[in-house]
Amino acid sequence: MSTLTPSTTATGDRPRGPRSAPPRPKLRRSSPRRRRRWFGALAVAIAVVWAFPVYWMLNSSFLPFNRIRSPEPTFFPVGGTVAAYERVFESNFLSALRVSATVTLITVAAALLFAFLAALALSRFRFRGRRSFLLAVLIIQMIPAEGLFISQFKLLEGWQLLNSVVGLSLLYVAAVVPFTIWMLRGFVNGVPRELEEAALVDGCSRVQAFFRITLPLLAPGLVASGVYAFLQAWNEFTLALVVMTRPDNMTLPLWLKTFTEANRASDWAGIMAGSVVIAIPVMIFFLFVQHRMTSGLVSGAVKG
Amino acid sequence: MPPSPTSSASPAGPVPAGAPSAGAGAPAGGGKPRRRREGLLPYVLLVPAVLVLAAALGYPLVRQAVMSFQEYGLAQQFGQPPQWVGLDNYVELVTDSYLWTVIVRSVVFCLANAAITMVLGVALAVLMTLTGTGPRLTLQIGLLLAWAMPHLASLTVWQWLFEAQYGVINWVLVRAGFEQFAGHSWLIDQLSFFVVATVIVVWMSVPFVAFAVYAGLTQVPGELHEAAAIDGASAWQRFRAITMPLVRPVLLIVGLLQIIWDLKVFTQIFVLQDAGGVTAETNLIGTYIYRLGLGEGEFGMAAAASWFMLLLTVTLSLYYVRVLVREEEL
Repeated sequence: MSTLTPSTTATGDRPRGPRSAPPRPKLRRSSPRRRRRWFGALAVAIAVVWAFPVYWMLNSSFLPFNRIRSPEPTFFPVGGTVAAYERVFESNFLSALRVSATVTLITVAAALLFAFLAALALSRFRFRGRRSFLLAVLIIQMIPAEGLFISQFKLLEGWQLLNSVVGLSLLYVAAVVPFTIWMLRGFVNGVPRELEEAALVDGCSRVQAFFRITLPLLAPGLVASGVYAFLQAWNEFTLALVVMTRPDNMTLPLWLKTFTEANRASDWAGIMAGSVVIAIPVMIFFLFVQHRMTSGLVSGAVKG
Repeated sequence: MPPSPTSSASPAGPVPAGAPSAGAGAPAGGGKPRRRREGLLPYVLLVPAVLVLAAALGYPLVRQAVMSFQEYGLAQQFGQPPQWVGLDNYVELVTDSYLWTVIVRSVVFCLANAAITMVLGVALAVLMTLTGTGPRLTLQIGLLLAWAMPHLASLTVWQWLFEAQYGVINWVLVRAGFEQFAGHSWLIDQLSFFVVATVIVVWMSVPFVAFAVYAGLTQVPGELHEAAAIDGASAWQRFRAITMPLVRPVLLIVGLLQIIWDLKVFTQIFVLQDAGGVTAETNLIGTYIYRLGLGEGEFGMAAAASWFMLLLTVTLSLYYVRVLVREEEL
C-alpha cells in the first residue's frame, strides 16, 4: 500500500549518501536527447487524440443549430450559446437526477458500512472460514451482472421492488460490496497492528484505540472505496435498465439514452449538453481521487 | 457462526468460540495471528455483507438454476405456474445454432478487444517512462479524461462522432481522401458495427491498463537498472531481464481482467444496437440474454443461457483469483 506509507518520514538517521534521492539513473545521457523529444511529441499527440471525444462533447454542446448541422464541422465554440443546456433542464432531467442521487447515496453508505465491518473482521481477526470467505469474495466480485440480471429481475418483481430505489440500491450494494471489502481490507492491513497495540499499552480501550488510531489512518481508504462505490452506482446502466422500467424512475444514464433517442435526428447540441451535465461532476470527482483509485485498483497486483 | 454444539474433546472438530483455533487459523495468513477471546465477533462483523450478498446474488443464483429447468415464458408472467421441463431449455439452446454464433462472436470480440487494449495500454505505459514530465503529464491527463467519462456519456459522444451526415469522423475520412465515407452509416453493417464497438471499448479500457502497468513499471527499483547498466547490459536486455519479470504479475492480472470484462460487455453493444445496429447480427452473449428474457419474455430460456455466460466468466475468474492469491497472501 504505497499510498499509506509516507515516503519521507524520519527514520532516525538522515539520508547521507547521494544516491538516496535521484529516482532515475542519469547514466543514459549518452542516448540521444532527440529521441526523447520525439517520444514527447508522440505522447502529446496521443493525449490529444484520446481527449478529443471529451473536447468534442464540450464543443458541440455550445453550438447553435445552424453550426452543428453544417457540412463543415466547427472546431471552436466561438460565439456559442447555452441554449442546449436550457433544453436539457426542460426535459425530465431533474427527476432522473433525483433518482440517481438517492440510489447512489444509499449504495455508498450501505456498501461502505458493510464492507468496512467485513474488512475489519478479515484483517484483524483469524477465524475459521476466513480464507474461504476471502476467496468467495474474490470470486463473487467477478460474477457478471449480465449473467444474473434475469433472475435478479424476477427476484425484485417477486418482492414488489421493481421500479423502486430500494430494489436497485440492493442490487448495487451487492455488486459493489465485494470489491469494496477487498479494497478496504488492503487499507486495514496497511495500518500496523503495533500502533493499535501501543495505544492499548498506553491505556486506551480497544474502542478508543480504534477511533483514535485506526480510523483516522483509514480515512484515505474509506474515501477511495466510497468514491469507487459512488462511480459504480452513478454510472451503472445494465441493472438500471433491467430494474427501472418506467420512464419516471429513470436514472441519469437511462435518461441520457432516452434523451438521445428522442433527439438524435434534430438536436445533437442538446444531447451533448446532457452528456456534459452528467459527465463533468463525475470527472471532477474522479480526477481528485484518481491517484488513490489507481493504487487501490492495482494494490491487488502490486505489493508496495 | 454456527455455535458449534458438541466439540468438547474431538481434536479435529470445530473449535468452540474463544478457544485457540490454532490448527485451522494459522496457515491462513503470514502475519502474527492474534487469538484472543474474540469468538463470535468476526462473524458478527461479516453478517451485513453476507446478508446483502445472499439476498441479491445468492438467492438469484439459486432461482436462476431452478428457472432454467422450467418452462417460464409469457404465460407464467401472467400468473400460470411454471412447469418443469427438465433439460429442455438447455437442449433447445445447445441445438440452436444461433447460440453458438453468439458465443463464438463474443469470444472473438473479447479476445480482439482485450489484445488491442493490452498492446496499446502497455505501449502507452512504456511511452510514459520514456518521456519527460511535461509530455507524460499531458498524456496522463488525456487518458484520465477518457477514463473518467461515464460510459453512457462516452457512448453518446461516440455516436455523435460516428454520425453519418454531420459526424466529424466521416468528415475527416472524406478529407483524407476516402470519398466513400461521405454519409456512411457505421452501424448498419455488421463488421463496421463491431469496428465502432471496438474503438469505443478500447478507448475506454486503455487508460486503466496504461496506468496500472505504468504504476508497475515505476515500482521497479532504479538501482537494479543502474547496476545492470554498469555491468554492461543494453537497454533491451535490462528491460527483458529486470523489468519484465517484475511487471509480469501486473500484466497477467490486468490482462485477465480485460478478458473477463470484454467477455461480458453489454452496455456498449446494447446502446449501439438501439442506435441503429441490426440486433440479430450484432448480439453478444449479454445482449442476447437480455433480448431473450426481458425482450421476448422467455425467462426459462434466458436463465439457461445465462449459465453459459456465468460458466465462461466464472471459469476465467477462478484462474484470475488463483493468480491473485498466489501474488498476495490472504
